[in-house]
Amino acid sequence: MGVEQKLGNMGMVTTTLESAVNWARTNAMWPMLFGLACCAIEMMSAQAADYDMSRFGMELMRASPRQSDLMIVAGRVSRKMAPVLRRLYDQMPEPKWVIAMGDCASCGGVFNNYAIVQGVDEVVPVDVYVAGCPPRPEALIHGVLTLFEKVKGEKFTDLAKA
Amino acid sequence: MSEYQLQEVPVGPYKHLVSERAISGETMLLNMGPQHPSTHGVLRLLLELDGEVIINCIPDFGFLHTGIEKNMEAKTYQKAEVMSDRLDYMNNMGNNLAYVMAIEKLVDLDVPPRAQALRVILTELQRIASHLVWLGTAGLDLAAMSVFLYCFRERELILDIFEMVSGQRMMVTYFRPGGVWRDVPVEFESAVRNFIKIFPKRIDEYEALLTKNPLWLDRMVGIGKLDAATALQHGVTGPMLRASGVNWDLRKVRPYCGYEQYDFNIPTETKGDTYARYIVRVQELRESLKIVEQALNKLPMGPVRSDNRKFVPPPRSEIGTSMESLIHHFKLWTEGFPAPKASVYSAVESPRGELGVYLEGDGGPKPYRVHWRTPSFDNLSVLSKIVKGHLVADLIAILASVDIVLGDIDR
Amino acid sequence: MDTRLEKIVKVLQEKAGATYEEFRGEVHVFINARQIADALTFLRDEHQFSLLSAMTAVDYWPQENPRFHVIYQLTSLTQNLSIQLRVPVNGSQPKVPTVTRVFEAANWREREILDMFGIEFEGHPDPRRILMPEDWDGHPLRKDYPLGYEEPQFTFNFEEIDVRKPYAKE
Repeated sequence: MGVEQKLGNMGMVTTTLESAVNWARTNAMWPMLFGLACCAIEMMSAQAADYDMSRFGMELMRASPRQSDLMIVAGRVSRKMAPVLRRLYDQMPEPKWVIAMGDCASCGGVFNNYAIVQGVDEVVPVDVYVAGCPPRPEALIHGVLTLFEKVKGEKFTDLAKA
Repeated sequence: MSEYQLQEVPVGPYKHLVSERAISGETMLLNMGPQHPSTHGVLRLLLELDGEVIINCIPDFGFLHTGIEKNMEAKTYQKAEVMSDRLDYMNNMGNNLAYVMAIEKLVDLDVPPRAQALRVILTELQRIASHLVWLGTAGLDLAAMSVFLYCFRERELILDIFEMVSGQRMMVTYFRPGGVWRDVPVEFESAVRNFIKIFPKRIDEYEALLTKNPLWLDRMVGIGKLDAATALQHGVTGPMLRASGVNWDLRKVRPYCGYEQYDFNIPTETKGDTYARYIVRVQELRESLKIVEQALNKLPMGPVRSDNRKFVPPPRSEIGTSMESLIHHFKLWTEGFPAPKASVYSAVESPRGELGVYLEGDGGPKPYRVHWRTPSFDNLSVLSKIVKGHLVADLIAILASVDIVLGDIDR
Repeated sequence: MDTRLEKIVKVLQEKAGATYEEFRGEVHVFINARQIADALTFLRDEHQFSLLSAMTAVDYWPQENPRFHVIYQLTSLTQNLSIQLRVPVNGSQPKVPTVTRVFEAANWREREILDMFGIEFEGHPDPRRILMPEDWDGHPLRKDYPLGYEEPQFTFNFEEIDVRKPYAKE
């Protein structure tokens, strides 16, 4: 039994181009396979059997920044890593989003010292911050869904300005 | 975007490490990482290639340098413990254990038997969890996706147990100087028993998928051979050393936490190749499970933390009734406890090898110097030796078998 | 002290003028920088200390003479023994001869000490920084190097810090 039997004939749907594009973006968002530290293990857990992020169209991790839409900064970013991170971000095609996963990526976490960048927002613009050290896989999934909400509200006029 | 065009790796800084042919441009320098799915973190490998064959491999790391050793000097002994979890993030319990054992040695603190047994159970579960992540990601590197999903399914069971006892899945900070944080809940035993019951069948499942799989054998047998002498020269320890035929395990030769009471074997192999390391780790899964079962059967009742009030805060119930307890509690959590002006080196067997802590006190409440002797650091140093003459695709298999954790290397 | 270790320490005392300390069953032998490579070779070849377990340094700043101790932790697999050698190093132009020819494990460890403490190892085959970027200033684990603490933002000082905090552009 298909969805058309519940909703009537789905031969034609009217919507705005904006919401259709945003819907498409949220349902095929490819994150970059980019693990830094502890949070990367929880990111892997989120991909694995128990939490299964593919329920939200997120199963396809791409190793190449050229093919990805979303950068999940999973872990602490050191001063040596920061230029590399920025370079990867610049290589990603527009439109692109960033999730700062965990306390270290968001604000430096427990490591307030010479080696760690105090928040990855000093290097790349961040859309969603996920709290926790490390955040549970559910928290990451919630962060991704929050990002989807944000993407759904994006306007073409804003994109044209940027 | 023009500044981000493809750049050739300059030979300049690596002149003394590459062969003559690289300087003349005959062989190619190829950069692998720090963003690469098979480097298990942010490791950069500079490869000198003759076609597909590796002539030289120069690891470059520090992309995860966290300043943990420096930061621990700025905190009191108790507060610095949270840093140890984040060091080798696959072996949180083991790091805690290494650190608190160094403190206990430095200040001469006793640990009750129940706490010792709990430490054994939890570090062995952690070893299983660590080897499961290793097996899963090694499978992923060699394109065996289902193993990854299987392994993470069982790892969740262990993480549930950790969450039950400590409230955290990964950064547990459960072992404290003088014992453990608090006693385990009543459900703990049934959860561990359940795990012991189902896990052996799951190991059989992994072995059915891999051990005799011709693809797996083709990628692993005879690749990355390491002999015992080279391994010792490079300070290699843990499953890598045991796969090369050296029977050296700190749990057996220098028992701590009462490991001498338990009956277990140290799996060793003699071939020293990638497949031998796989076999050793899979057998360690079974041995660890044996230890967990024995420790759980013997688990004694009693206190889980030393009652030396100079180092261990009093229980909550005492604070309301005893003035002295209140003072101790206040002093311990504001000032910390002083440790003598001396140094100790204490080591435990982590899933990757000898995890040592050099701890020096200066008479005050903060450590003067903490050094982590991390096994991955030395295990990686042998990589450039064992990949020579292999193909780039074999490098992936070898790197997977070394089982590095970058947090462990860069600290 | 273990009798086997006692013998070894005695030889080191006679040959190299070493002194020793004991703490909680650990033996720390203090030895001159010039003799360290010979002492390690002696321990490796004649007493089967085949594993250089750990190698690190400690900074005793502001004390200048000696300012550093370089520490070699050795393990003998066959005898199940451990011994620690400590080499005092002066603060001005700290230099120690390399032991990479005795233990290859020392290669990266010496690079790490060079990176973190600025102690030079004479004759090291590859004296580059290992953990910090190549162009980094200073040696982080020295005691006169600041931790690099940044003030955390709270509600009462949020705006004040927000003004000077660097934010990335698109």
